Amino acid sequence: MNTLVYTFHFYLFGLIAIASAIAFVTRKSAVAAALWLVNTMFCLSALFVMLDAQFIAAVQVLVYAGAIMVVFLFVVMLLNLGQASDVTDIRGLGGKLTAGFVGLVMLAELFALSRLKFPRLMGAMTDHANVVNPVSAPLFHEFLLPFEVTSVVLLVAVVGAVVLAKRGTKTL
Amino acid sequence: MIAEALFFSAVLFIIGVVGVLIRRNAIIIFMCVELMLNAVNLSFIALARLHGTATGQVFVLFVMTVAAAEAAVGLAIVISIFRHHKSVDLRNINLLKG
Repeated sequence: MNTLVYTFHFYLFGLIAIASAIAFVTRKSAVAAALWLVNTMFCLSALFVMLDAQFIAAVQVLVYAGAIMVVFLFVVMLLNLGQASDVTDIRGLGGKLTAGFVGLVMLAELFALSRLKFPRLMGAMTDHANVVNPVSAPLFHEFLLPFEVTSVVLLVAVVGAVVLAKRGTKTL
Repeated sequence: MIAEALFFSAVLFIIGVVGVLIRRNAIIIFMCVELMLNAVNLSFIALARLHGTATGQVFVLFVMTVAAAEAAVGLAIVISIFRHHKSVDLRNINLLKG
């Protein structure tokens, strides 16, 4: 019974995520597309919880749905692109055919690969009371150097964003 | 559930690729890239669950950091392109086209 409920919700959130992603790609208005993408991200975060990654699910909601998508919506607002233009921005026949071909090839690969047998779960994450420690312990021991490098990446990104978006500089 | 999660992840990635190929709006193309990164994150989480350790989840944190940095720089580029062309349509941005 418990696994049935689990399976049902797993498929439910996965299918909602895929449906929202399709809606996101086909919307003309940038704001509608962004909101469908937020819906996809919420469903993905639900899937993360069901795969025993509760901390990552919270970070997903906070960082992706909360911060990155707000930046996107902010730029849409800043550039006044909220209303969909009369001309669609979807490419012509050539682009559609290319995209359809690439999509079909990748789907065919997916179905060919889906016959693969997966090994059994190698271990269980049973410690549901402590979800941050399993993530943070490798982050600050094994992956300390990459962690420090990400801070440099973020610093460079912030400086680069300010330089690029600043108005009226003489050098650019 | 691992196989299903990887299936959903691959389908979301394919939708992202198709979105990049059929849209011309630069902001929506950026959002498609974010969708692809999210799909890869789902793969990481599923395989971390398969492995039984949380090390794969650390990579998701790194991917999110890089995605945030990429969104900041990319949107700054979109803003400065908009100042030049008064649009974010990729048809107008063909400076490097032969």
